[in-house]
Amino acid sequence: MPTGLASYAAQVVPARAQMGSSLGFHIILACMGIAFPAIVMIVHYLGLRRHDDAAMVLARRWSRVMAVLVAVGAVSGTVLSFDMGLLWPGLMGRFGSAIGIPFSFEGIFFLLEAVFTAIYLYGWDRLRPWTHFWTLAPVVVSGILGALSVVAANSWMNQPSGFTLSHGRITSVNPVAVFFNGATYYEVPHMLLAAYMVAGGITATPYAVGLLRGHRDRYTRLGFLVPFVVAAVATPFQIGVGDTAARAIASQQPVKFASMEYVPRTATHVPEWIGGVWFNGHAVAGISLPDVDSLLVGFSPDTKVTGWDTVPPALRPPFPTMIHLCFDFMVGIGTLMLLWGLWLALWWWRRRDLPGGCLGKVFLGGGALSGIATVLAMECGWVVTEVGRQPWVVYGVLLTSRAATTASGVIGTLAATVAIYLVLTVATFAILWVMKRHWDAAATRADVPVPYSPSAKPEVRS
Amino acid sequence: MIADTLAAVIIAVATAYAALAGADFGGGIWDLLAGSAVRGEVPRRRIDQSITPVWESNHVWLIIAVVLLWTGFPTAFAAVFTTLFVPLSVAALGIVLRGTGFAFRPHARTLRWQATTGGVFATASLLTPFFMGTVVGSVVSGRVRGTNGDPVTSWANLTSLLTGGLFVAAGAYLAAVYLAVDSDRDRQPELRRYFTRRALVSGLVTGAMAGATMVQLRTSAPAVFIELTTGRGLALVVISVLAGLAVLVALTLDIVRPVRPLAVLAVAAVVWGWAISQYPYLLPPGLTIAAGAVPRAVQITELVVVGIIVILVAPSFVLLFRLAQSGRLAEAEGPRPGSGPPGGGPPGSDAAATRASRGQAPPRGRHRGQPRSSGRLWPIAVAAVVIAVWRLRRRGTGAR
Repeated sequence: MPTGLASYAAQVVPARAQMGSSLGFHIILACMGIAFPAIVMIVHYLGLRRHDDAAMVLARRWSRVMAVLVAVGAVSGTVLSFDMGLLWPGLMGRFGSAIGIPFSFEGIFFLLEAVFTAIYLYGWDRLRPWTHFWTLAPVVVSGILGALSVVAANSWMNQPSGFTLSHGRITSVNPVAVFFNGATYYEVPHMLLAAYMVAGGITATPYAVGLLRGHRDRYTRLGFLVPFVVAAVATPFQIGVGDTAARAIASQQPVKFASMEYVPRTATHVPEWIGGVWFNGHAVAGISLPDVDSLLVGFSPDTKVTGWDTVPPALRPPFPTMIHLCFDFMVGIGTLMLLWGLWLALWWWRRRDLPGGCLGKVFLGGGALSGIATVLAMECGWVVTEVGRQPWVVYGVLLTSRAATTASGVIGTLAATVAIYLVLTVATFAILWVMKRHWDAAATRADVPVPYSPSAKPEVRS
Repeated sequence: MIADTLAAVIIAVATAYAALAGADFGGGIWDLLAGSAVRGEVPRRRIDQSITPVWESNHVWLIIAVVLLWTGFPTAFAAVFTTLFVPLSVAALGIVLRGTGFAFRPHARTLRWQATTGGVFATASLLTPFFMGTVVGSVVSGRVRGTNGDPVTSWANLTSLLTGGLFVAAGAYLAAVYLAVDSDRDRQPELRRYFTRRALVSGLVTGAMAGATMVQLRTSAPAVFIELTTGRGLALVVISVLAGLAVLVALTLDIVRPVRPLAVLAVAAVVWGWAISQYPYLLPPGLTIAAGAVPRAVQITELVVVGIIVILVAPSFVLLFRLAQSGRLAEAEGPRPGSGPPGGGPPGSDAAATRASRGQAPPRGRHRGQPRSSGRLWPIAVAAVVIAVWRLRRRGTGAR
């Protein structure tokens, strides 16, 4: 395998760029695939149990959105599985037998998800209402288990375990230890909760805009409240899991942690940097909280935190500024989501209503931004975990440069990948826009649709 | 032996993918060939109705096959995906475009948009099976030998191109047969004749392509050719030819119902004929299944995964296809005043009376949406596995 700067620039950089853009695009759809069915299930339940037409209309419309997102997600997921072989044959050829184990379990759940999604999407009006409702349950469960499997594969790259190497070849594998490696227990819940926050934020966004524009009807309020509450409930758990994860990374991948927190030298009384750019060996323009990083890592200012000086420069991740700022951004969005959730909880407790008053618009404005904010926070989290692991693809075992393909033409497929994802993004938004216009037109034709005649009794509560 | 079983399972998954998703690609090809927007409207709608609810589930078999291959035979996987970077990239591109076409088409309300998304869908349906075929052709003719194969001639050669053409033809053939059966079930005699004609033509083309590929194998993969004509693969070649002829005869006599399993058998026998003739090689001429295998614990884990799939997923598929066949699945639609069909009664009670509304474009007709059922494929897939394992057991020890 050729090494050196030229081949690095020609093979590794475009391969990483293509993997990054594929994953960055697919992960948004994956979040919707994992968590959106649960949100749909909640409104569907409300619609059936309370004979709530507004909830029923939401369930129907969201299931159409789900049809589009699930289809695009299925194909972008396939591209990722091809990318694993096309871009990283050095990883798959040597470690496929280990990393493939969680992926093959994911296959089971992907199949179940696809089948029951099809039954749910095309079963409206055909199946008995409650039977139809329950066909979504396997989708929710297999979404969770599928995420568990895929994230277990990623956490194995961070904490490889369960295999013996001899002369660079895997000679024995312990599948359970591969699946439940040292990073599974925090990475999986972190991603699952992120999926619920992202899906909640994205779904709440258009309805927050509707509320801001003065549509205060039950349909719009429910469309905002259900997904936003899902995201808000996930947030405090997410902050707890994230805190645990950061402490685990400090001990498992100390160099990644050092880049996240600007720790150049191993020391005690390490300050916590909020913001700031790493320039010329110093953090510039950030806020430094003395001793706080040591406190967070070991609950005492005397805790020793490992710096990146413990490894030679070639084994340190690139761009500490990007890693650190991404980490800060992710934490910042999580904190804001927590505040917004508490804000909503307070008003609901006192007034049984959305936050109003002079700051009501600020609350809704935040709600309208929650989709893009949670997506960016999640993408930042992936940047931290993936860029922070560099130059390793399998931490401590295999360098990324040794995993990349030797085939020429990655530049071409990278260009095609980026172009296609741009077109797909634009087209997805265009389709959602077309659907929305259609729904608006339907709403002016008749205000009370009949979801399940004749069993449902139209009854609009306010 | 476990490695052999795992290889047989991967071929079984590939057969399921060929029989299910291969036909979905074929549907796209008939869409492409259906002529102008006006002339092709009716068959295109039939194709849409049959494929839309099931394509995604069918597609997932590909992911299963890929994952099983990279876990069970990682060195072969890395060699194939490096040497055949170009055709596999194009196949992936086709998969993206086709899925997107499916997702967006029902929402593209103006005719121009429908033509665009439909065109994307149809073109992609041609690209993906063709380039997947070239991959198989390259493997069988021994052009993948490690990770430094020629990036172009490894797949741009007569054997690979013929195999690509065979894949396209076989998909179109299966699709025409399935669509003819669906049209027959939905009492659409004109559409039945339309697709029966196409099934006959594409059946003959597929047979010719298979014959030509086999002749070409005589020079490019003599060992495989010998097995196909005088050895292990002969029985399957005979089965394929007989089943293919039976389909042709039945279609000529206008007997439509029983042809679907026969057509699947004809195609599945080709897949298994290839696999068994290539045995014990994973990547001829150098890499055997035993040499490419991974540690035992991984193989057993993968077989457990497949076992779970058989236990959990197979019944779900049967459920999906049953529901589809009994007309209880149709495209979801926003509620429209006064159009709510009865949904409160027991399932199936009003199935015949219930129509599937297709999108909300006014010109769309009142066809009953009865997507294709492929539930009957399971016995065939199981039988194929049994035959293969039996043959491998009988010959396995001697061949090594």
